[in-house]
Formats: sequence, structure tokens, C-alpha cells
Amino acid sequence: MTELGWWGVPIAVLGGAVRVSTPFLFVSLGECITEKSGRINLGLEGILVMGAMSGYALSYITGSPWLGVLGAGVAGLVLGLLHGLVCNLPRVNDIAVGIGLMLFGTGLAFFLGKPYVQPKAPTLPAMSLGGWSGSPQVQAALEVNPLFLIGIGLAVSLGWAFRNTRWGLIVRTVGDSSDAARAMGYAVPRVRTLCTGVGGFLAGIGGSFLSLYYPGSWSEGLSSGQGLMAVALVIFARWKPMRCFYAALLFGGAGAVGPALQSVGITSGYYLFNAAPYVVTLGIMIATCSPRRTLAGAPGELSINR
Amino acid sequence: MIDLIGRREVLKRLGVAGALGALAPYGARSAHAADKLVVGVIYVGPRDDYGYNQAQAQAAAAMKKMPGVSVVEQEKVPETTDVQKTMGSMIEQDGATLLFPTSFGYFDPHMLKMAEKYPRVRFAHCGGLWTDGKHPKNTGSYFGYIDECLYLSGIVAGHASKSKKLGFIAAKPIPQVLRNINAFTLGARSVDPKITTLLVITGDWALPVKEAEAANSLVDQGVDVLTCHVDSPKVVVETAERRGIRVCGYHANQSALAPKGYLTGAEWNWVTPYTTHIQDAMAGKPMVNFMRGGLKEGFVRTSAYGKAVAEGGRKNADTVKAQMLKGDYVIFKGPLKDNTGKTVIAGGTALKQTEPVLEQMNYLTEGVIGKV
Repeated sequence: MTELGWWGVPIAVLGGAVRVSTPFLFVSLGECITEKSGRINLGLEGILVMGAMSGYALSYITGSPWLGVLGAGVAGLVLGLLHGLVCNLPRVNDIAVGIGLMLFGTGLAFFLGKPYVQPKAPTLPAMSLGGWSGSPQVQAALEVNPLFLIGIGLAVSLGWAFRNTRWGLIVRTVGDSSDAARAMGYAVPRVRTLCTGVGGFLAGIGGSFLSLYYPGSWSEGLSSGQGLMAVALVIFARWKPMRCFYAALLFGGAGAVGPALQSVGITSGYYLFNAAPYVVTLGIMIATCSPRRTLAGAPGELSINR
Repeated sequence: MIDLIGRREVLKRLGVAGALGALAPYGARSAHAADKLVVGVIYVGPRDDYGYNQAQAQAAAAMKKMPGVSVVEQEKVPETTDVQKTMGSMIEQDGATLLFPTSFGYFDPHMLKMAEKYPRVRFAHCGGLWTDGKHPKNTGSYFGYIDECLYLSGIVAGHASKSKKLGFIAAKPIPQVLRNINAFTLGARSVDPKITTLLVITGDWALPVKEAEAANSLVDQGVDVLTCHVDSPKVVVETAERRGIRVCGYHANQSALAPKGYLTGAEWNWVTPYTTHIQDAMAGKPMVNFMRGGLKEGFVRTSAYGKAVAEGGRKNADTVKAQMLKGDYVIFKGPLKDNTGKTVIAGGTALKQTEPVLEQMNYLTEGVIGKV
């Protein structure tokens, strides 16, 4: 393998963006749908971990990683619906339920996942999009998982659907003004429950990417807070699906900076570089917030806005 | 749950004291402990992590088969006052008289505090530096000179590497980790002094995504043999295998995860110190407070060589291993420079494995590209 030297950093950032962003993308798209309908589901961290565990377990039992992905989605759907249904009860706070669900999801996944830490499950295949390049590093960076491409497709079509379809309009109406939605005859709780369920489904799939592709095995430290960061990404992305995609890419790329710099020999300040994703998020949050108005694009019914 | 234990403990004490009077609690407890030695093992992470905790748990599992011994375990106990509560309930409720708190951060102040409170219970800690006169006699620390295995891994890696660049993914720059990085590098450079080790520090013991990123970046930089010191090497080993390079394992045997690229690995064999402590406790002999051992004493072992190990590497490593098993091989000897050019071990000085100064290592040797 030829030496890359400094070129290793941008390539690692590119590769990191492609490899690490997918779970962020799926979780933030899921949360985007949920929040568009006027609810916050902080439990996506729990759903992500549960998805990672059930995806790995199913892949191991059935031998088919794609079945694992589906199972992870279904597990996420169930937990999402649970959140949605509990929040339909009077005087229930969605944030509190979300925190409960986060602890419940991770706890349940750790409990059920014990027997699957050791075995090696079949993982998802990769598609090589770097064949045009002679450099093995570039080829490795462009090993793309189909889920990444599905995620891009999903982001595009969700953005379109929110703007142009009847369903998109219903979700947005419910999220912006439940009074208006009721006046138009839509069942607000049902729409929100479904949206939370779909959000959970996507977050579950995001989890299966972690355990079935990158890093590609199930362990209890697998997520280390990625689900929570993805929730923050939605605010960062101003509830726009395509921006969720860019935010996920940025976050994935920033996460690769720390290891990449160390491997080319920039050895001082690695704790700071390891914190790069969080610094980037904080920086942009501060740069874009304003004390005089609520966040642009925020659904009117979100409990953080009311 | 911690609260529950605390409450149960109080209730039990109140109940026993109320019913049987002041003498009863001691009678009841010693009767419980007399027939069997109860051993408590405490882990910082999950028992099945393909790494550090699993190595301890394997020894605990072997202890369960010893006659007259019963083992109680608790996993995922943080290095906070939580571990004091766990120790307290193991002693009070289960009647444990020998404890193995296995994580580095349990030692000071948590274990020392409990050792003062329960002078008749033995505390055997993994990794700490027990010092005579400073720490109580009912405490002790055991540890293995696993850097011997890393030196051997380094030799094998040095023979296997074509790019002359090795990669090391480490969690935190503490003395034990630095000693491993240095031993690995010295082993490799004994084969070819041109070899360098690229070091990536992730910042914590278990960060799977960051470890995978680190592995990928190192491979992109031309590293063709990788090893690590993190709690669970599973991700590093699997990523190396996926990228088609060689890898040396750590903590436990990970050869099943990388059938093509696994060279060898450094493994713990905690059965040896566990057995000694238990036998001493049963015989009523004083506790061995400072227990150390390497390959020779059976505290550590190397994984069987993988398919990718060439004949030359195998022979070279076996020769050195034979000397280590006789106890006359010195890894850290002068003149030795750190990677800033400063002399850290003067010429003519040979630091044997038992030297306590080696357990305070705070430098990276020449050939390591990285910073503490």
C-alpha cells in the first residue's frame, strides 16, 4: 500500500463521513418525522441500542443480515408506538416518557443481548464505489453500505413528501397547530402515534447498521450516546430531512478527525480533536440561535417551543 | 437497586440484633462462612466483553470448581462509591471473606476504605501498586507482566510487517498501557530498527466506533500489523481482518474473529493468582500482598500462532520466549531513549520485570509516533 501522508486526513474524513453517518442519518430522519408531528422522542437512544441488539441477534439466528435489519426496524416500531401511545394519555410529558424509554430500551437490550456478545453474526455486504481509483485507501473509503444509499433516498423523498403530499401536509398541520388539525377533522393523537412509530422504525434500522455493518458487532458500549446526538442533529438541521443528511455527514466526518490526525503524527491535543463533533455542533448551535425568536422551522406544537 | 441492598442490609441487621441479642450477628455470620470460603468478584464492565473482564470472569468460573469455594459476582460496577456498596453487601450478606475487585480505579480510595472497615476480610486488587507501610496488610495487588507477551507479539509483528509500520490503538495513556506500547515496539525493533509504531489514543476503555475509525485511519496510513489495548479488542481485530491486514490480540484469545490475519496475542491467565489467594485464605496463611508474575509464573500466556506467522518470526519469538520462561530476559534495558530523544534508561542499567519503577512508566520509547 502506498504512503498517503497528509492526504490521509481528508480521505479519512470522507471515509468516516460515509461510514459513521448512517446511524445518525436514520435516527435523525426518524426523529424528524416524530418532531414534525409535534412530539419529541428522546428515547431514540434506547431504540437504537435495542435495534442494534435485535438486528444482530436475528442475523445470527436466521443467518440473514437483511432479516436482522427488518427485525431491528420492527423492534424500533414497537418501542416507538409504545412512546406514542403512552404520550396520548392525558397530562403525560413526552420528554419524560422519552427518558424513561431510553433507559428501558438500553436496559432491555443489555438483558436480552447477553448471549449475543460472543457469537459472530453474518454482517451486511458493502458496495464498492471506489473502483475508478487506483488508491486502495480511496477504495476503502468508498466502500458503501446499501443502507447509506437508502438513507439518502429516504431523506430526499421525505423532504419532497413533507412539501408535496397530503400526508406531509397532515403531519405538518398536526405538528404546527393541533387546533387547526382538529378543526380539519384529523385525529391528532393517531397521527402522532404513527409518526413516533415510524420514527422508531427508522431508529431501529439505524441501530442495526451499527451492529451489522460498522463497527459490525454487538456490545454494550456500541452506541455511546449516538442516539441522543442524533436528536440534537434534528434541531441543528432545522427539521429539514436533506439537512439531516448533511448534518449526519458533517458529524461523521468530524468524528474521524481525531483518529486520522493521530495516525499521521499530529499527536498533541488529541482529546480536543476527539471532541471535534461536539465542538462543531455547539459552534453551529451558538452561531444560529437568537434570543429574539424561536428556532426557524420549529414545529409549533413541540413542547420545547410552547 | 443499590438502595434496595442498603435497605435490606439495615433490615437484616436490625432483625438479627433484635431477635438474638448482641452476640448473635457474629455467630450467625461465622457459621455461614465456616463451611465454605465465599469469594466475591467485582467487574467494571460486562463479563463477556471478549477482553479484560472476560479474562477475569474465566478465572472466577474456574474457581467455582474448586472444592470448598463459592463465588459471588457482580458486573458493571462503576469506579465510584458504588463499588464500596457492592463490597459491603458481598461481605455482610453473602459472607464473603476474600474479594477480587478487578478494576484499576477500585483501589484508591474505595477498596482501602473498605479494608479499614473490615480488617478480617482479604482484598486482592488487580493492577494496583500495593506499597508496604502505606497500605493495610489485608489488602494486596496482583498483576501480570503482560508486556512480555506484547514483546513477543512485537517480534512476530516485526517479521510479518512489509511496510515497517505497526499500529497501536490505546484507550488511555496510563503506565500499564504505555509499558505495553513500548514493549510491543521494542520487540518489533529488535527485528528491524527501522520499524515504527503509530499510536492512536481513543480516550476511553470502550468506544467501538472510534476504535473502528482509528483502525481504518491506521490502515490508510500503510500500517499492516495492528494491536490494541482497549477493554474489548473485538472491533479492532474484526476491522483489521476486514481490511486484510495482520493483527495481534489482547486480553483474551481473539483468533476466531480473524482466522486469516491473527498472528498471536497477549492473554491473561488469572487462574494462577486467584488460586494462590484462595489457597492462602483457606489455610489461614498471611496474604501475599504484592503478587506479580509473567510467563514464567503462569500469570500470562500467548495465543497459539496463527496461519499468517512465517517460520522466521515463529523461531525468533520462541527463542526469546524460552529465555523469558527461564526468567533471564530483560525487556527494558539501557541505553533507552524516549521518542523525544531523552535518555530514560541509562546505558548499563537493566530493569528487571519486578522493578516498581517500570510500573510508573510515563514515556513512549523511540520508534513510537505519538504523545502521552
